[in-house]
Amino acid sequence: MSLHDAGVILPELVLSVYAMAALVWCVYSRRPGTVRATFWATSIVFFALAGWIAFSPDLDRTAFGGMFADDAFSRFAKIVILISSGIVLLLGQDFLRREQLHSFEFPLLAAFAVLGMLIMVSARDLMVMYMGIELQSLSLYVLAAYHRSSVRSTEAGLKYFVLGALSSGLLLYGASLTYGFAGTTRFEGIAEAVSGGFSHGLLYGLVFMLAGLAFKVSAAPFHMWVPDVYEGSPTPVTALFATAPKVAAVLLLTRLLTEAFGQVHSDWGPIIAVLSVASMFLGAVAAIGQTDFKRLMAYSSISHMGYALIGIASGTEAGIRATLIYLAIYVAMNIGTFAFILSMRRDGSPFSDIRSLGNYSRQAPARALALLVLLFSLAGIVPMIGFFAKLYVFLAAIETGFVWLAVAGGVASVIGAYYYLRIVYYMYFGEEGPRLDGAMPRLCTGALMVSAAITVVGVINLFGITGFAETAAAALAN
Amino acid sequence: MNVLSIMMFTPLAAAVIMVLFLRGEDEAARRNVRILALVASTATFLISMFVYVGFDPASTGFQFVEDRSWLLGLNYKLGVDGISVLFVMLTTILMPITVLACWNVEHRVKEFMAAFLVLETLMIGVFCSLDLVLFYLFFESGLIPMFLIIGVWGGKDRIYATFKFFLYTLLGSILMLMAMIGLWIDAGTTDIVALLGHWVSPEPIELLGFGIPGGLQTIMWIAFFASFAVKLPMWPVHTWLPDAHVQAPTGGSVILAAILLKMGGYGFLRFSLPMFPVASDLLAPMVMALSVVAIIYTSLVAMMQEDMKKLIAYSSVAHMGFVTMGIFAVNRQGIDGAIFQMLSHGFISGALFLCVGVIYDRMHTREIDAYGGLVVRMPAYALVFMLFTLANVGLPGTSGFVGEFLTLVGVFQYSSWVAFLATTGIVLSACYALWLFRRVVFGDLVKAALSSISDMDRREKLVFAPLVAMTLLLGVYPSIVTDITGPSVQQLVDHVGEALSQSQQAAK
Repeated sequence: MSLHDAGVILPELVLSVYAMAALVWCVYSRRPGTVRATFWATSIVFFALAGWIAFSPDLDRTAFGGMFADDAFSRFAKIVILISSGIVLLLGQDFLRREQLHSFEFPLLAAFAVLGMLIMVSARDLMVMYMGIELQSLSLYVLAAYHRSSVRSTEAGLKYFVLGALSSGLLLYGASLTYGFAGTTRFEGIAEAVSGGFSHGLLYGLVFMLAGLAFKVSAAPFHMWVPDVYEGSPTPVTALFATAPKVAAVLLLTRLLTEAFGQVHSDWGPIIAVLSVASMFLGAVAAIGQTDFKRLMAYSSISHMGYALIGIASGTEAGIRATLIYLAIYVAMNIGTFAFILSMRRDGSPFSDIRSLGNYSRQAPARALALLVLLFSLAGIVPMIGFFAKLYVFLAAIETGFVWLAVAGGVASVIGAYYYLRIVYYMYFGEEGPRLDGAMPRLCTGALMVSAAITVVGVINLFGITGFAETAAAALAN
Repeated sequence: MNVLSIMMFTPLAAAVIMVLFLRGEDEAARRNVRILALVASTATFLISMFVYVGFDPASTGFQFVEDRSWLLGLNYKLGVDGISVLFVMLTTILMPITVLACWNVEHRVKEFMAAFLVLETLMIGVFCSLDLVLFYLFFESGLIPMFLIIGVWGGKDRIYATFKFFLYTLLGSILMLMAMIGLWIDAGTTDIVALLGHWVSPEPIELLGFGIPGGLQTIMWIAFFASFAVKLPMWPVHTWLPDAHVQAPTGGSVILAAILLKMGGYGFLRFSLPMFPVASDLLAPMVMALSVVAIIYTSLVAMMQEDMKKLIAYSSVAHMGFVTMGIFAVNRQGIDGAIFQMLSHGFISGALFLCVGVIYDRMHTREIDAYGGLVVRMPAYALVFMLFTLANVGLPGTSGFVGEFLTLVGVFQYSSWVAFLATTGIVLSACYALWLFRRVVFGDLVKAALSSISDMDRREKLVFAPLVAMTLLLGVYPSIVTDITGPSVQQLVDHVGEALSQSQQAAK
């Protein structure tokens, strides 16, 4: 490892050193404030790294002979990942404290997961990619089963682990096929091999890798784990699942497909399109009957990933830009929604049945209004920014001739609107049943309000995110 | 900032102030909310008078244009021309009236008034925006406040009605959005002014083995039609309207009938006709057929209704049939008449829903059978109700006559058979409207519950006064509308005719 390489991976290096040092320190420290301090310290490290990456010079460089990229694309992804995980970590504290789960392992596992994600979005080599994925997944498996005394949580962890291992196997199988036929694990090398002739071996390798990654992205038909894991895991973990890992997985997929297999877009474009349509419709239809908010959000995330995939399917720079915008907006909306779900309690214990929201708008008008805004935004109704997310992916799809994909997406969004509206219905027109507990942690209220405000005010210029996404997409396309 | 922006955002600003700063549940707080809503909507009306006075009817282009860059390739562009300016006026005139009419809403007044003010901003935005996506933004956002208005303050089956309203309109609009994106890619711009001069290829194309005459134009036309036909609504996609109207609170019904429906007609004039002239010509027979069915069939359905609001809702569908007919006849009289009909229907149907509201407030039922002989106790009410019933029938001297007459003249030039069939609708409208009037107002006052009913109070009279004035004014002096719309309509007709002859030459 040369000095140059170390300079490129410095943020990752800092994060890993922090995580390991904190782990050791926490094990030996007996002071009462340790756990709280770890939470805050981890979040602050995340935010600091995000700030550092945001203000670092705009370079396009690689490390380890091209295995690890530091370009505008990875920087965009890293900032989104770091900020969202930092916020989610802070929001979850109150929940964990009340559930007696407030221990220092939580933020540190999250830190390792985030480290894995940072590696994922920078990977330009199958090995690095796999390493990033596994680091992320292993940390998340543990987090899913974090509530050890709860049967559902351990079940969720086990399910996630078994199915995740299966998908990793598929991914690894595809990667080794690709290596066998391309003779290299570098994305550039694969691209060269592909342009020299797209053999069957490479095609199989691609398909297996797609299957493995579709699992991580939670695209239908590889989505089976999502609802159970979302429902079973402690809510702060669910909130984490629903935000940063999705971004990392989708963007990893984007980089793999454009950098390594960009030449054969006509081969993988339809596969992604089918995954996308299946996810959009499955997410929309299956969520209709759900009454658990977390489970509903699981289907909602499946559906949203379908939309994000539209951008990849179109395979153009505009498509990548659309996917980046989509993910950033998706994360912003989900943080607010989960801030609400995290604080849903009845008689002192977590409660996530949407029917308990009966006439919530009377109980807490401001929060109900904020959630209303977020739900309409998730449904993609104008003027909230959720609409613009969809607009850009549809634009990319129609531009490249995937008109049917855009129309399918439109129809799915109408079906999907129904279940978001159903929550609004409970909040505003529903019969009043047993109420939720009134109090809400201040941090969660703040996140909910800010997130709702962002979704509305964003209509003015989307906070300039389109410009960043444009440079990021350009970095990848070249 | 331009006067259009100021006008547009005044109600929104008031709504934000209302939600953030007005607190409390007592009578004084409610009063403040109502007064703020009235002041804001009246102020908006006064600002809109500047637009009306400053508008130059002789010029056919867009006026008061404001253009700023917005998101990637999109613009925040506003402006009005002869077609849209009067719809803006209609909105701003009706809004204070509606607020005043909803004075005795007691349940969650603050949210109610805020929803109406937000809705006003969005409606003005629809008629002013000169950018495709901006238009879509306003067009579609209106669903949210309306969803809440029907859902929170509506009648017994409000949940079903409001979900149906929302999802039905959303599905139509999504298809329009796809076509808009297609248009955006095809023309490389979302500027409506530029798009009006853009020529979408009418070359026949083949899709899934079916040859499509008119090609891309036809496909886009159909996608836009899906949205506007639902919104207007046209038969057979009108079924959401009676449900929504019956369940909506009085104010909601007024806005729905008087303004929201007009967005569909406005859309036809702004998009379908000038941007896809070949497809419009090609599919005009279908529109005519649907319009005639709407006029005759829904009039017959209206006759058999037992709920007053439902009856008026069906009559709205029938009257909108005249509008679509007039628009797609593509001549000066037809389109002038369609615009006139939309404006006049805005006042008349709004007033009719208010008439129902007056007695609903007293008796809490809309069943026709629950009433009878109201003229005995409510002479002033009977007079107002009679005026609007006759205007709805299209009696000469009221605005209803001018609109129907002009559209029929226009359609007669297109096809005398269509005009003939549509005219039977006028006869039928007389049947249902007069029969309704007879059953509610005339006869002996035998129902015990009605024996102590009181006539309209001063506030209610004040609400109706401008509506009566406008209906009569437009009826006896229609030029105030046609003078403004005329030049723009003429230009539209010329534009379409030119485009058609060009495409015919190209075909030869």
